[in-house]
Amino acid sequence: MIPEIGHFALILALCVALVQGFLPIYGAAVGNSSLMAVAKPAARTQFLLVLTAFGCLAYAFADKDFSVLYVAATSNSQLPLHYRLAAIWGAHEGSLLLWTFILTLWMFAVTLFSGHLPETTRSRILGVMGLVSVGFLLFMLTVSNPFERLIPAAAEGRDLNPLLQDPGMVIHPPMLYMGYVGFSVAFAFAIAALLGGNLDAAWARWSRPWTTVAWCFLTVGIALGSGWAYYELGWGGWWFWDPVENASFMPWLAGTALVHSLAVTDKRGGFKVWTVLLAIMAFSLSLLGTFRVRSGVLTSVHAFATDPKRGLFILVFLAIVIGGSLALYAWRAPKVGLGGSFAMLSRECMLLANNVLLVAAMGSVLLGTLYPLFLDALDLGKISVGPPYFDSVFVPLMVPAIFLMGIGPLAQWKKASVPDLAKRLKWAFGVSLVSALTLPIVMGNWTPLLSLGLLLAIWIVTTSAIGLRERLAHVNGNSLVERLASVPRSYWGMLVAHCGIAVFIVGVTMVKGFETEKDVRMNVGETASIGDYTFRFDGTQDVVGPNYTAARGTFHVSRDGRETTVLYPEKRRYPVQNQIMTEAAIDPGLLRDLYVSLGEPIDDGAWSVRLYHKPFIDWIWGGCFIMALGGALAISDRRYRLAWRRQEPAVPVPTRAARRKVA
Amino acid sequence: MKWVMLIILCVSGSAWAGEARPLTDDPAAEARLKHLAVELRCLVCQNQTLADSNAPLAEDLRREVREMIAKNMSDQEIIEFLVARYGDFVLYRPPLKATTTVLWVGPFVLMAIGATALVMTLRRRSRTVAEVSVTDEEHRRVEQLLAEGEKRS
Amino acid sequence: MNRFLLPLSIFVVVVGFLGIGLTLNPREIPSPLVGKAAPEFSQPQLYDQEKIFSSNDLKGKVWLLNFWASWCNGCKTEHPVLMDLAKSGQVTIYGMDYKDQRDEALTWLQRGGNPYSVIGVDEVGRVGINFGVYGVPETYVIDKQGVIRYKQIGPLYPDTVEKKILPLVKQLESE
Repeated sequence: MIPEIGHFALILALCVALVQGFLPIYGAAVGNSSLMAVAKPAARTQFLLVLTAFGCLAYAFADKDFSVLYVAATSNSQLPLHYRLAAIWGAHEGSLLLWTFILTLWMFAVTLFSGHLPETTRSRILGVMGLVSVGFLLFMLTVSNPFERLIPAAAEGRDLNPLLQDPGMVIHPPMLYMGYVGFSVAFAFAIAALLGGNLDAAWARWSRPWTTVAWCFLTVGIALGSGWAYYELGWGGWWFWDPVENASFMPWLAGTALVHSLAVTDKRGGFKVWTVLLAIMAFSLSLLGTFRVRSGVLTSVHAFATDPKRGLFILVFLAIVIGGSLALYAWRAPKVGLGGSFAMLSRECMLLANNVLLVAAMGSVLLGTLYPLFLDALDLGKISVGPPYFDSVFVPLMVPAIFLMGIGPLAQWKKASVPDLAKRLKWAFGVSLVSALTLPIVMGNWTPLLSLGLLLAIWIVTTSAIGLRERLAHVNGNSLVERLASVPRSYWGMLVAHCGIAVFIVGVTMVKGFETEKDVRMNVGETASIGDYTFRFDGTQDVVGPNYTAARGTFHVSRDGRETTVLYPEKRRYPVQNQIMTEAAIDPGLLRDLYVSLGEPIDDGAWSVRLYHKPFIDWIWGGCFIMALGGALAISDRRYRLAWRRQEPAVPVPTRAARRKVA
Repeated sequence: MKWVMLIILCVSGSAWAGEARPLTDDPAAEARLKHLAVELRCLVCQNQTLADSNAPLAEDLRREVREMIAKNMSDQEIIEFLVARYGDFVLYRPPLKATTTVLWVGPFVLMAIGATALVMTLRRRSRTVAEVSVTDEEHRRVEQLLAEGEKRS
Repeated sequence: MNRFLLPLSIFVVVVGFLGIGLTLNPREIPSPLVGKAAPEFSQPQLYDQEKIFSSNDLKGKVWLLNFWASWCNGCKTEHPVLMDLAKSGQVTIYGMDYKDQRDEALTWLQRGGNPYSVIGVDEVGRVGINFGVYGVPETYVIDKQGVIRYKQIGPLYPDTVEKKILPLVKQLESE
């Protein structure tokens, strides 16, 4: 009964989405305010309906209802409750429901925080989101219904893929989808602006916080996924340039470009056309990622079970949504004005150059990911494009981008001067260069890449410090604290996010330069050393988990004779899917991770064991979280809070006739 | 500077006092295998390197590579051995040839096109945009629109 | 061209490729060995371990080499097809028992019948590697000069035999 309610709720949601997708947009076109007024209640109803469906599926999982095909396929009666609930997004159908649910959640948020938008704009935005939702609901109801019944019911479920039975996997997909789908708001704003022909600074101001929030979620989502790969796949790697990882990285690159380009459109009215294109691109890449993960076009470690029929559906949907918006763009964009002027050397120009680099990097990732497919489709042979390729093209594109990242915030809007910039930056450059060249030597291993990485990281930090110092000189306040507090939050946000990048670069550089790894065969009682840590293997014990059995090894780790920690790596066997999982044990630390994973039993209780010493690896994810924190600081800025708080601004209100249409 | 010292110790202190044996008799050969295997693709798995995969074929291929290393074959010869049997598919670093030119040159062409387009757009812009301060007006308009919204809700 | 149409055009091209991509199997890897001389081998035979099954004995013949194993699922699907093909007598099929247990292989043949004229044993999978085998079953068509002319990855279906294998064998016989 409950699953039928869920199914029915989805059908109703589709009907509501159709209404929401067509009436308000039509109403906005003909100026009918009663049609436009449909948007808000429709979006809220749709949210409640999809929430109901989501709740029904959650109930079916909690209730171990194996008469629902999807529940039987992705869970098991032995599976603990929290993983049964996480199994909702453990495979294709349910993750699609999560996608749609998050889309309606964002819609709901738009209805809450759009009081300050003109009615036409708001109805267009909600209409566009409604249309996207129509596609996803149709997709679910036609070829991937999570509520499909299994008659007769299965006695037992086939269990969730053991790889996904992990706390990281519980929160990674919702975070990632919040990011992906969050770009749909910026996308809807852009389409609404194109439809209405009012691409202006107001549009940029409204889009900014939404885009930043989505970007923060995406950043955290990607970091969680990477962290999960690090400890769950058991190979100690954190990024594999796998097609599915690239699918999340491309919208991030486009989104990062969009966040910066929106800043220029908001502040200076420039780049409007480009910003709109980026907004379309960020969401299109999210959709493209969704397609590629589910269509079987590319092989990947993380791809969902695939079905060509589904692939075809999403492809057609993609063609309509993205093709339609790009056609609209081609039609409307030429009429958009240019905005304020600026010189060749100015902050605008640097932001634009950074945008070009970010988009070129995104294009390279796209090229590398799709190239095997291109060759195959043209019957020119099969190739693999992997980490060595991406590393060698990505780094040269990012180096100038990061260099500009240091200069951009210090350059003036409109027109900057080279001698002035050089004067302000010479110390930062000198300090970065000298320390980047000497630090690796002090640390005992000089490689060009190590120096380059440190140079970039120190460059970001020193230029940020200069920026902050100059800023402090210009704000009022007696004490330092007072002056620090009067620096706008959005400025702090930028500094923090940029420093997040620096922290990330330090992590990557140090791990690449100094990680050590050792494969040993260890008898009970034997020790092995890595770095200045000594690991003593005290044998394995058989452990029984809720839905697995495991051999759990005990390793006493000591340093200079003092015990640091005890690590318990496991080799688990999940009987339902008959899968063996390597659960690495990690002792995380600010300056290093110690990582132990069990290989295979050899004889007499001896095991092959892999040990890693990974300096600074947690900085990689720490950097990502700092970036997201920067984003969060930026949206807590007064300007946005003013907009949310519904108060009358002190600015006099000119007449409507003063409104200048751009198109 | 304490952590710097720590790292030096970590890197240099790799002498182990005759405790657990390394998994192979020849750690140098194993290091070479690893160096090769991270750039080779396992054929039967979804998308894993030969170094990471536990598939039986991957184990067989690692064994072959070990034997070739023992025979003192060069990296180039080992890679040729594998490519002759499985094609370019095994290489995670696609070789530069006619069909992969676009792949290798593409990113840099993209960057060059982007840079050129940027410069050209800016040139054209500076000719067409008059030196007017649009911002102030636009900002007033933002405030105005915000204000309209407030009143309505 | 209107520069605002550029994104749309790029997208159309990408969608076109993705559409073609849906019809392709990314896991099937074409062999570089097709058109090249088949690797030489001489392996012990499955039934009579004293005897050697060598590729040199087959010069001047058109033959099929089928890699199989008793543990392999695709081989079960394929087996009746091979039996029919062997019965028809249109081509001789040689087998290579790939990374298998001898007794299990013998039981499997006893149960399902033996379509092979001679079976070699590739215990460690080295012949497989030389032939570029990455998943059994795989079947090779080899001509009179000892050149590989066709490789079937995965099970043979009656359809593939009718449309590809047999016409090719006929053509090779007449060369």
